[in-house]
Amino acid sequence: MTVRMTLRNKLIVLVTALVVLAGVATASVLHAAGREDRKNRVQADGPPVTGGEVSLAPGSGRRIVFRNMAWGPHRDELATVPADGPSGPRTASGVKCLRFYAAAGTGVCLQAERGAVQDGYRAVILDARLKERAHYSLPGIPTRARVSPSGRLAAWTVFVGGDSYAGTNFSTRTAILDTRTGKLTKTLEDFAIERDGHPYRASDVNFWGVTFADDEHFYATMATGKKTYLVRGDLPARKVTTLRTNLECPSLSPDGTRLAFKKRVPGLPADAPWRLYVLDLATMRETPLAEPRSVDDQLVWQNDRTVTYSLPGDYGADLYTLPADGTGSPHRLLTAGLAPAYLG
Amino acid sequence: MYVADSRSTPAAPAARLTTGRRSALAPTVLALGTVSLITDVSSEMVTAVLPLYLVTGLGLSPLGFGLLDGVYNGFSALVRLVGGHLADRGGRHKAVAVFGYGLSAVCKPLLLVAGSLPVIGAVLAADRTGKGLRTAPRDAMISLASAPEARGRAFGVHRAMDTAGALLGPLVAFLILRQAVDGYDAVFTVSFCVAAVGVLVLVLFVPGRTAPERAQDAPRASLKAALALLGEREVRRLALCALLLGLATVSDSFVYLLLQRRLDVPDRWFALLPLGTAAAFLLLAVPLGRLADRVGRWQVFLGGHAALLCAYALLLPGWRGAALPYVVLALHGLFYAATDGVLMAAAAGAVPAELRSSGLALIQTGQASARFVCSIAFGAAWTAWGDRTALATAAVALAVCAAGAVLLRPAEASELDGGRPA
Repeated sequence: MTVRMTLRNKLIVLVTALVVLAGVATASVLHAAGREDRKNRVQADGPPVTGGEVSLAPGSGRRIVFRNMAWGPHRDELATVPADGPSGPRTASGVKCLRFYAAAGTGVCLQAERGAVQDGYRAVILDARLKERAHYSLPGIPTRARVSPSGRLAAWTVFVGGDSYAGTNFSTRTAILDTRTGKLTKTLEDFAIERDGHPYRASDVNFWGVTFADDEHFYATMATGKKTYLVRGDLPARKVTTLRTNLECPSLSPDGTRLAFKKRVPGLPADAPWRLYVLDLATMRETPLAEPRSVDDQLVWQNDRTVTYSLPGDYGADLYTLPADGTGSPHRLLTAGLAPAYLG
Repeated sequence: MYVADSRSTPAAPAARLTTGRRSALAPTVLALGTVSLITDVSSEMVTAVLPLYLVTGLGLSPLGFGLLDGVYNGFSALVRLVGGHLADRGGRHKAVAVFGYGLSAVCKPLLLVAGSLPVIGAVLAADRTGKGLRTAPRDAMISLASAPEARGRAFGVHRAMDTAGALLGPLVAFLILRQAVDGYDAVFTVSFCVAAVGVLVLVLFVPGRTAPERAQDAPRASLKAALALLGEREVRRLALCALLLGLATVSDSFVYLLLQRRLDVPDRWFALLPLGTAAAFLLLAVPLGRLADRVGRWQVFLGGHAALLCAYALLLPGWRGAALPYVVLALHGLFYAATDGVLMAAAAGAVPAELRSSGLALIQTGQASARFVCSIAFGAAWTAWGDRTALATAAVALAVCAAGAVLLRPAEASELDGGRPA
């Protein structure tokens, strides 16, 4: 199929191609590295960010603590803004997190951990002054984090990537930690499952998106057999019970009466399938919220009337607020931020 | 002690145990091994960063979508058979292999522009199609380039080089991301460059025609002739045995999940479990290939499944010894080293050169389909009875299938595929 070539000519062709391809490869790595460097320089139109003290302690004013994604030296650090001036100057803490949540003086920070031959992730429990109290290795890429209202329990969810050729299997691992006793439930998959009134067990069960009711009870998403379920969990009994289907990433309102969540709506594109809803736990009635875009986030309640969530933005993600009763329209709370917690 | 397995060595059993000169490996085998090594570096780079890219790079939740669903598994089997058949027609092994490797290579830059899950799924499907097309022609070229009595070693060397590439790929990706955080575009670009080198080595250093001149009475490479292979006693037996044993081979992801759940492997080691299997596979592929040439491929193939049975047995009681995960992974790697290339070496002996690629594809496809069925059945058994009972059932099934395979294939048959010329 080819013209006969001498070994010498073959080697010349190979070496030439190697030089060209090595050049292309090097250029692509340098280009990507340069782009990352630019992100470490302050953007002229971004919010001002200065280093300082960030506290998770109750009191000391209503404020938002979140992952700052604005370019500059404080990118990806936990930062704080006053709740009544969210687009104003930010105070950054020096603690880097991919995902974060906090309540009652306890923070959970899911962060990247550099290794010698592989990068890993870990969950760090922070006290009110952002000092590390404990840390735990994570088996995958962080996606959700929550703390119970009392600050005692922490939960997190990670994606575990597939190991087959072309990485096609994804699963999640969700853990719950009692920060007072140090007892770690490494995966909810070990809990007993009651589905539609019957015990259930399967190898394809996945859990994600825990939200705590108190220090013993929680809600979460369970997936099995291509369906998602809302489950209510009982931590001391190590048991979950299904409540209804097609409900992901529940978030319990501060008064404990409603769950805000994302729901797969038929007819939407496969990679943007969700709309936001609120479920009234007393009547089990769903109300669609006035967000026309697909949201892939676990919502946070600003108060009993308003929810906060992230959408992709120019610098990673922006935060939006929306009334929880289906009225109004989305309002951009701040740019270049992710994983908010309302404190104080 | 070396095994003299060159064609020039007298075939008497006594002569095979002398410390005589070893024949050199065919340059084609080394070249194909190099192509596989380079290509696996390229593809495993992508595999290693893909979950991270989807979740942090694109901000997608990949859960709930199989990127490649079950339907694709059926399509993939078909592609493999088509690749095998096309390669046999006119001895175009190299041309089909170049197309397969080339298709996978051009998929890498496409990942740069694919921004949504359905498109990424389509690119991955094309990538896997390339892999499906090239596998049988490549294995046929390896078998045609090596002496019948040294095929086990040839496949062992190839599989070891292939696995070395698979181990290096994630490391290269890691080094790139160390230089450029979030530099997924750089990973995909470098992956393409590496894949292009692989295709070039294939084009330049693998001879175009490996098929011998067709004898007058040799079967023509037609679809009918390929199917008629199943009428041959040897091929039918091999295919049946591979199928039978495949039906009791629990998929890798279940093995790792069981390891973690039953032996309580810490979370941070979970991602490293496949590396354990790969390392054992890499170290054992050549020695077991050589052993297969000496004592018989069939025996080694069965022995590999015995190792897998031992791994199941170790997982059953749920002891939590510190060394146990290593032992299970070593047995799992041994299973691959004793079965993957060895089956191809055995199959090559049963299929005429003119239909080599089709025959190998047929047996590979039978085995892969059986393993797929096993995955589904194992998942269902887990759902119904829990992981321990599912595993016990798989172990019993494997023992029964192995016994069935022994019955199907009496000892004298090993004369044919075991590299001992009669």
